[in-house]
Amino acid sequence: MKNAVKIILVLTFVSLLSSGILSAVDMLSKDKILRNRKKAIDSAISKVIPAAVEVVHEGVIYKAFDKGKKVLGYAFLAEGQGYGGGIKMVCAVSPKLDKLLGIEIIESQETPGLGARINKEWFKNQFKGLDILNKITYTKSKPSGKSQIQAITGATISSRSVVHIINRRIEEIKKQFDSQGN
Amino acid sequence: MKNSFVKGLWKEHPVFRQLLGMCPTLAVTTSAVNGLSMGLAVMFVLNFSSLVVSLIRKVVPSQVRIAVYTIIIATFVTLADVFLKANYPSISKSLGPYVPLIVVNCIILGRAEAFASKNTPVKAVMDSLGMSIGFLWGLILLGGIREILGNGSFFGITLLGPGFEKWVVMVLPAGAFLVLGLLVAAMNFIEKRKTKVKVL
Repeated sequence: MKNAVKIILVLTFVSLLSSGILSAVDMLSKDKILRNRKKAIDSAISKVIPAAVEVVHEGVIYKAFDKGKKVLGYAFLAEGQGYGGGIKMVCAVSPKLDKLLGIEIIESQETPGLGARINKEWFKNQFKGLDILNKITYTKSKPSGKSQIQAITGATISSRSVVHIINRRIEEIKKQFDSQGN
Repeated sequence: MKNSFVKGLWKEHPVFRQLLGMCPTLAVTTSAVNGLSMGLAVMFVLNFSSLVVSLIRKVVPSQVRIAVYTIIIATFVTLADVFLKANYPSISKSLGPYVPLIVVNCIILGRAEAFASKNTPVKAVMDSLGMSIGFLWGLILLGGIREILGNGSFFGITLLGPGFEKWVVMVLPAGAFLVLGLLVAAMNFIEKRKTKVKVL
């Protein structure tokens, strides 16, 4: 009986102390982590729309303008499930919503050496200029057509996840533009 | 006391002799920088959890000791994870899920159970310092070899020029097993030679 009480006391005390320390540290570092995330998004946007001089954040959309205040494209976040965890990326589309300007992966937890290759330039570059009037598709052999990419060998699920996340998000973004009557 | 410290560096090296903590050892050592940061993260977690485990060793009932150790280790791992996310986001990104996975690294629970829970705080920290320095040099060596062969660079600095054909397999999982196997073999070879010389 005495031992049972001791067990409960020790476990409670250790857990309370642990959660106390962790919540204090979380409070102290939350802002910094958020700022880092924002910085990551900003630098990703400047990668997918390199010519952008000014970026205006409106709701979920980042409008990118050039020097003459002409719209270069719209960037937005896209998130979904990958193979090893969530994948988060920034996509950019042309002002007419007919072409993908590029993608940049901000967060991913794919298998190192295999799925993690979605972060490689050659893979991301495939998305530049893809036709998005149709859904993007993927193939394991040589891509054909204007909206197809080649999946990474040994990482088909990761490649497919990226394609699905983009397709779904583009559809949502298009719907949003339609409802606004743009 | 000195022995508690020294044994982790070579004789009971956690990676090459005890073959503990294989998950981060194999998975993150795709480059020297990753090996270094993983080694430092483990060093932080291992030393502080050993210290705390040793300090409370007489209070914790033996039935729940593993649960208590796990909470302590998880707390320090979360601290390390948050620290990296806040201050070194790019390192945190490249280590990915392997920082939170330090919780289940058997070197840490192993040292807590086998050593820290039975020894004084000073001895416990000596032991964990030795073990973590051993782990650190092991990971840097492994990451360094794989980075040089697989990417032609060391700590991100290009060593081998464009004429060098990169052994891509070295940065893939297979390369981790190959290099680890060769290093364990080399270590065994050196140890055997040492004992032979003594006999002669």
